[in-house]
Amino acid sequence: MSAPDPQPARAALVRLVRDEGRRVLATLVRVTGDLGLAEDAVQDATERALATWPRDGVPPEPRAWLTLTARRRAIDLARREAARGGKEADAVVLLDPPTDDADAPDVRDDLLRLVFTCCHPALDVPSQVALALRTLCGLSTAEVGHALLVSEATMAKRLTRAKQKIARAAIPYRVPADHELPERLRGVLATVYLLFNEGYSASDGDAPMRPALVDEAVRLTRLLGELMPGEASVLGLLALELLQDSRRAARHDPDGRPVLLPDQDRSRWDRARIAEGVVLVGEGLRRSPDAPDPYVVQAAIAACHALAPSWPDTDWAAVLSWYEVLLTVQDTPVVRLNRAVAVAELRGAEAGLAELAAVTGLDGYPAAHAARAELLARLGRADEAAAAYAAALRLPQNAAQRAHLRERLAALTGR
Amino acid sequence: MPTYAAIIYSSDLDWTAPEQEAVMADYTEFGEAAAAVIRGGAALYPTGTATTVRVRGGKGGDIVTTDGPFAETKEVLSGFYLLECADLDEAIKLAAQIPGAWDGGVEVRPIIQFGG
Repeated sequence: MSAPDPQPARAALVRLVRDEGRRVLATLVRVTGDLGLAEDAVQDATERALATWPRDGVPPEPRAWLTLTARRRAIDLARREAARGGKEADAVVLLDPPTDDADAPDVRDDLLRLVFTCCHPALDVPSQVALALRTLCGLSTAEVGHALLVSEATMAKRLTRAKQKIARAAIPYRVPADHELPERLRGVLATVYLLFNEGYSASDGDAPMRPALVDEAVRLTRLLGELMPGEASVLGLLALELLQDSRRAARHDPDGRPVLLPDQDRSRWDRARIAEGVVLVGEGLRRSPDAPDPYVVQAAIAACHALAPSWPDTDWAAVLSWYEVLLTVQDTPVVRLNRAVAVAELRGAEAGLAELAAVTGLDGYPAAHAARAELLARLGRADEAAAAYAAALRLPQNAAQRAHLRERLAALTGR
Repeated sequence: MPTYAAIIYSSDLDWTAPEQEAVMADYTEFGEAAAAVIRGGAALYPTGTATTVRVRGGKGGDIVTTDGPFAETKEVLSGFYLLECADLDEAIKLAAQIPGAWDGGVEVRPIIQFGG
């Protein structure tokens, strides 16, 4: 018998501490009513855990250990703060006997409250994303900065400002009332999906994608699924993320250049993720019989692609009809662009171009110019296609996308 | 409980003019509905009555006054309430009932409780 490899063991430990840490944090925010204090206390407890557990072994009740350690630290911090302000400590409330049964419903509720606090519409979206990574995913400030491509100092400032606003403006630590819930949940999911997309197709920088960010977004969506079981839009978002991410290994060539869906090696798609995603689509559709949910419908479209043996053999009629449904709940230029691409596959490039010409508001969107260029090239209109590629290249995008477009343009003009 | 300033930005109207009676009735209605949490407030005369004061060159420098409001915009600061609410969600819900919220917009800001 050989000793277990320390690297995976270390990674598992970090994961355990992080997952338990966010639950402990959620509880501590409720008890102290102070996100900043709770965070400092939990950070201290998780650092201690990472320092001592590898030596002494993981305690039988990791969460109880973390909770107790964090509570003690919070009391210290609160006393110190009180002494500085010359006030009586409120720390006594922290001495309540802990009720941290591992899967107690109140721990779940605490986490859900924290979700709605961090994604409150009174916070700007970059702050929501940063807070979600810091408090809900349990990343350190440095890791959040790294994930979002800003310096640790900048991220620390952004997080401090956000926490200050939560405290000063008294943004509540509460699950919204039933009548507000659908709208607030939409905001939460939009933030999580933004996080996913930031990782899935990095909007700038040299890396075409940031897998760690994708993984955090999927993990966060799974958490939401646990917290709000049976919620169609959460099922839909998780399905959408899994189905899109099932293509991870096939989306780029070894040089990091994007490989578009038609050209991907489908044997490299992650079948387990596809299977899970497809089941979730079905569940999401069953849970939203009266009003289509935009995430569920987008996931249904992704499922059509995931289940197709090849690009030409895709069920384009089904894809197109899902886009028609999507337009009834989410009529945006990007949805119309994608619908035009489906039309082109089903009825030919000419029909697709006509659809595309009818869509307005896409001038600043490189993919729209690229799609137009593809269709023009298919029709042999090379000069117009080259002009469309050139228009796409003038817009901001990441280095890999740029290289891909240059290649297409070169192939076209080289003929 | 926190107290919020609900700062009303609306068209530059004269609350005292007879043609504002309907709007004033809406405000009276809000004032009665929210009486339990209103801690203060004021309606302001139109920006034609405003004078903006700046001191150039730091403390003790030259006083420069300009006629008119701080910024010439279509929507102007026309009044404010002080609302004592449990949290921001409650303050937002109330602010949405202030007529200025549909005539213009209402900015909600926590007020500092000195010496609290």
